[in-house]
Amino acid sequence: MSLWFRFDHRRGDFRLQAAGEVPARGITALFGPSGCGKSTLLRLIAGLERGDDGEVRMENDIWQNGRTFRPPHQRPIGYVIQEGQLFPHLSVRDNLRYGWKRAGRTNDTAAGPDFDTVIELLGLPELLDRRPGQLSGGQRQRVAIGRALLTRPRVLLLDEPLAALDAAAKRAILPYLERLHRELALPVLYVSHDSDEVARIADRLLLMEAGRIRAAGDLSDMLTRSDLPLARGEQAETVLEATVSGHDADYHLTRLRFAGGELSLATQADLAVGEQRRIRILARDVSLTLSPAADSSILNILPARVSDVRPLNPAQALVCLDLGGTPLLAHITHKSVAALGLEPGTPVYAQIKSVALLV
Amino acid sequence: MFSPADIASLWVTLKLATVTTLILLLLGTPLAWWLARTPRRGKVVMEALVALPLVLPPTVLGFYLLVALGPHGPVGALLDMMGGPTLVFSFPGLVIGSVIYSLPFVVQPLQASFSAIPAGLLDAAATLRAAPLDRFFSLVLPLARPGLLTAVVLGFAHTVGEFGVVLMIGGNIPGQTQVLSISIYDHVEALDYDQAHWLAGSLLVFSFVMLLLVYRFNRRFGLGRP
Repeated sequence: MSLWFRFDHRRGDFRLQAAGEVPARGITALFGPSGCGKSTLLRLIAGLERGDDGEVRMENDIWQNGRTFRPPHQRPIGYVIQEGQLFPHLSVRDNLRYGWKRAGRTNDTAAGPDFDTVIELLGLPELLDRRPGQLSGGQRQRVAIGRALLTRPRVLLLDEPLAALDAAAKRAILPYLERLHRELALPVLYVSHDSDEVARIADRLLLMEAGRIRAAGDLSDMLTRSDLPLARGEQAETVLEATVSGHDADYHLTRLRFAGGELSLATQADLAVGEQRRIRILARDVSLTLSPAADSSILNILPARVSDVRPLNPAQALVCLDLGGTPLLAHITHKSVAALGLEPGTPVYAQIKSVALLV
Repeated sequence: MFSPADIASLWVTLKLATVTTLILLLLGTPLAWWLARTPRRGKVVMEALVALPLVLPPTVLGFYLLVALGPHGPVGALLDMMGGPTLVFSFPGLVIGSVIYSLPFVVQPLQASFSAIPAGLLDAAATLRAAPLDRFFSLVLPLARPGLLTAVVLGFAHTVGEFGVVLMIGGNIPGQTQVLSISIYDHVEALDYDQAHWLAGSLLVFSFVMLLLVYRFNRRFGLGRP
């Protein structure tokens, strides 16, 4: 079941006017700069704030519309924010049971995973008898996510759940989120302003700017649309789903196949043939040639076609490429654009200097 | 040691403090919750009203209560018309006076501990399917326990120690409205220092032991003082 919302809400000088949809499966990232209204939108959807005018429904189940307003405790949501908000007077076990007990009394819950499955999935069995005060930041967030999942929600609303964690704790918790993603059929709306996080786990993107949804779509399309700021930033990137297709034992390389060709990268021990992984190519790591260079040290050279050229700044241009249906971005100088005579339709070779595995 | 009259006034005092504390908990808890959570500007007026008994001389408070509750006062006249009881110089009148007099001692610690509960915890409880009353009993009360205990003890002890208000509206009727502090005053007036010592000393020890227990309790639960 997908979640649908529309709000027109004013508070002081700030106006939030947004409509969108969270599809039934996968992680939809609500992405935008700080202060653009992401958290407010999530609170409105949760019912923690009542907008001036709004509509929220899940299929035919209306949460808010006109004078209808279901308070948060009657909405089948799981909601987790930055600091987890574990109850300090209860053990981890009782925190986890808090929503579990109460949700059991209503009919308005999804079938959902049982208690043991959730604590297993999030690696919580050893923590059950501890107090929230005895947990690390990452552990607290895992408990908070588990506590929300145990209410068997129909949608999971996460408001920067990893923002308060350091890089190491983040790396430790992301695999858990990815497991949730793979193993539970649950729509997730994930608020974030961290593009790395989004590239790693999101399937879809709602791009928010100054209280409005600027654009919405699949992650890879959104990242490469030349009319959106994402493709124009320093960290502009392409995210591809690729399948491990083979290993080259002599040179310690692994090959990954995607719709637009094949890429090689240094072998990582945990990659098995047939496995699906998400990879990222930064726009600044892509250079272009008109003929395939036989004397280049760059391994990954793929034929492509220019689909769009746009100025980025006085020195640089954004070149959008099409690799047999897969979009790819390159940031190169205007001088090179002129020297190579690049325009939409030009056949080129994309030299990819580095490829990063994301998942 | 204690004369029968002293025992009677001790009994009146304990009864008064218990009834007053219970009423204050029932009235003061929602009031403190409202003060802790409302964003309304009007709440400062309420806060000032609640704090008034802290600064007002008890005799001033007692005087106005006497006027209001007396047969010609607004409350007294209304009760009289409806055939209700006379409040002045009676135990119920004493309770009304004590409730007003001890109000800040119950409301303020409660308000402080309610305010200290992060709003995020309440939001979390709401999204975990807890209805408002459920949130209050499962989350707010346990987290506000140190404040609750302080409120009970201060409300009780402050009522035990009151003098001016009682003197004004309660009079000094043995067994009905004569409380400990007035008995002590009477003993001193009669130059009966031995009896005064017994009563005053007991009150001192009682108050100290109560506070000692509160601080110990709050420390043992690691919740700090409110």
